[in-house]
Amino acid sequence: MAVATQERTLTMAQAISEAIGQEMERDERVFVMGEDIGSYGGIFGATGGLLERFGPDRVMDTPISEAGFIGAATGAAAQGLRPIAELMFVDFFGVAMDQIYNHLAKNTYMSDGNVRLPVVITTAIGGGYSDAAQHSQCLYATFAHVPGLKVVVPSNAYDAKGLMTQAIRDDNPVMFFFHKGIMGLPWMSYFEGSTTAVPDEAYTIEFGRAAVAREGSDVTIVTISQMVQKALLAAEQLEGDGISAEVIDLRTLVPLDREAVAASVAKTGRLLIADEDYLSFGLSGELCAIVAERLDTLRLKSPVRRLAVPDVPIPYSRPLERHVIPQVDGIAAAAREMVTARS
Amino acid sequence: MDPTPQQLEWMYETMLVIRDFEERMVNVYLEGKLPPSIQHGLAFDIAGGPVPGEMHLAAGQEPVAVGVCAHLRTEDTVVGTHRPHHFAIAKGVPLDRMAAELFGKTTGLSRGKGGHMHIFDPEHNFSCSGIEGASLPPATGAALAYKKLGRDAVAVAFFGEGAANQGTFHEALNLAGLWQLPVVFICEDNRWAISVPKSKSTAVASNADRAVAYGMPGVSVEHNDAVEVFEAAGEAIARARRGEGPTLIEVQTDRYLGHFQGDAEVYRPKGEADELRGHDPIPKLAGQMREQGMLDDARDAEIKERAAQRVTAAYDFARESPLPDPAEALQHVFV
Repeated sequence: MAVATQERTLTMAQAISEAIGQEMERDERVFVMGEDIGSYGGIFGATGGLLERFGPDRVMDTPISEAGFIGAATGAAAQGLRPIAELMFVDFFGVAMDQIYNHLAKNTYMSDGNVRLPVVITTAIGGGYSDAAQHSQCLYATFAHVPGLKVVVPSNAYDAKGLMTQAIRDDNPVMFFFHKGIMGLPWMSYFEGSTTAVPDEAYTIEFGRAAVAREGSDVTIVTISQMVQKALLAAEQLEGDGISAEVIDLRTLVPLDREAVAASVAKTGRLLIADEDYLSFGLSGELCAIVAERLDTLRLKSPVRRLAVPDVPIPYSRPLERHVIPQVDGIAAAAREMVTARS
Repeated sequence: MDPTPQQLEWMYETMLVIRDFEERMVNVYLEGKLPPSIQHGLAFDIAGGPVPGEMHLAAGQEPVAVGVCAHLRTEDTVVGTHRPHHFAIAKGVPLDRMAAELFGKTTGLSRGKGGHMHIFDPEHNFSCSGIEGASLPPATGAALAYKKLGRDAVAVAFFGEGAANQGTFHEALNLAGLWQLPVVFICEDNRWAISVPKSKSTAVASNADRAVAYGMPGVSVEHNDAVEVFEAAGEAIARARRGEGPTLIEVQTDRYLGHFQGDAEVYRPKGEADELRGHDPIPKLAGQMREQGMLDDARDAEIKERAAQRVTAAYDFARESPLPDPAEALQHVFV
């Protein structure tokens, strides 16, 4: 049986719902609420099967009322429960942001640590399927910018389960971002690399520890979420050209594993950032700062390159959308240019 | 339900403490903010003195706080507003540690990280927010927790009539009505949202009328009277404790001071505040107690002296406490 367990693969959606279910069994203070998370199982499957197992008192469909139920999660957490609240698309944050960034994120600090708010907000991110400007954003950097929220952005099923278990057990607010295009949904094409072997038993992955998704020596590609899968495919292409790319999966933005980025860039001398969030004032700039602040010891063989959404809303039409979201070929091309430019 | 003699006396003394605390703050707040001790050319310096920042005082609104909190236990939750002192005092938040928080001292409830609009006392299940309408969802969530945990505790959200036009009011009332939660929503109608009168902000005369839209009783308390608030709140809180769901109560109350200290109140009819003070709820309650034979001059003097001593002790404690080490600013983003 142990062997069978090792070989079991899950989609990321299945891994997330398994983690939630195991924590609900382990700790009766954990409950889930959100829009269509009950009988529907979550629009993107993150709560599949939970209603049947735990009933409507612990798997609560809410009205379309994000400020109401996310604010209620804060209040319930202050009374000792451990809510998981799903914001269906991160793009919907606008109607609830006051409850998130002025209250959930700040009450712990404003109380000098006297108020603990173990809330997990799960939310779907990402484009690639022509859902246009109001249903395709990533926005994780927006939440990472506000002090007081841990920001988790997994790229595959194994990490998603361990990070979700860690998120539920954390005594702080955690924003858990899952990209729709790696959930393994039967109605949306996805990157198969995100469906992985997942142990049956519960396990945790520590926040703030990046993973080396692929080792290499010529260029470091730092990335997160679905873009990790794209970067891995790009690295395969590059291998055919004799270029060895290292892919760093940050896994969490808050806390951010700056040392892992610096160590990899120290090894390769080249930093390429692949990000599906907006280009300016975001993750890619923050990663550049890691390098800039270490130029006394880091020696770069080429300037840093950034691939991200070029400060436009996500367009609808397929060629337009493909143009603004970094793709596998674009990542490979950028890496190739960096490595060949001066060698 | 009528208040017991003990409850009447508690409401009276607590209103005295609140009034004294707030009116002393009027002068304390001005320390270091006026010429000549401030930058040349300024008429006022909001960042100066021992209590910097904004200051919203609740003199006149005491009946709302005491009439509701008289029914509450330590384990019940109260979420207050940007004008929070009267609620905090009535909920049992230690006066000295609250005062020290306003002075930004290490003995404050949050060691100076929160300040006047962000008072957190989890031991007494009290919190508040500087954002209009933000009290309602967390109070609803506390009530959700009580229901899930099978406890007979209740949650109270206080908010102003201006905040009743925020989306959070409607979302929280809908959730509470839908899930039949043990929460009571108390609207303090002081008729002014900073400078905008209720007549220019609200499509209905009484916010209590809005309760019908959310499947709960709506109650209007027509006078700024501690006993009237006590009676309405008592029924609502008892209902909630019995598991019979939420209630919305709107109380007509009076704001004697400006929206914030330093508010020139150009929008308010001249003399309105003085006229309101003619209906002061504190002597009114004292008169009711005297009629019932519960209060005479000697007892009244004793209660007033005790209240004043509590306020003096709190201010002294706050002034004498040390300011935090600057490096503390970097602590407790997370626990």
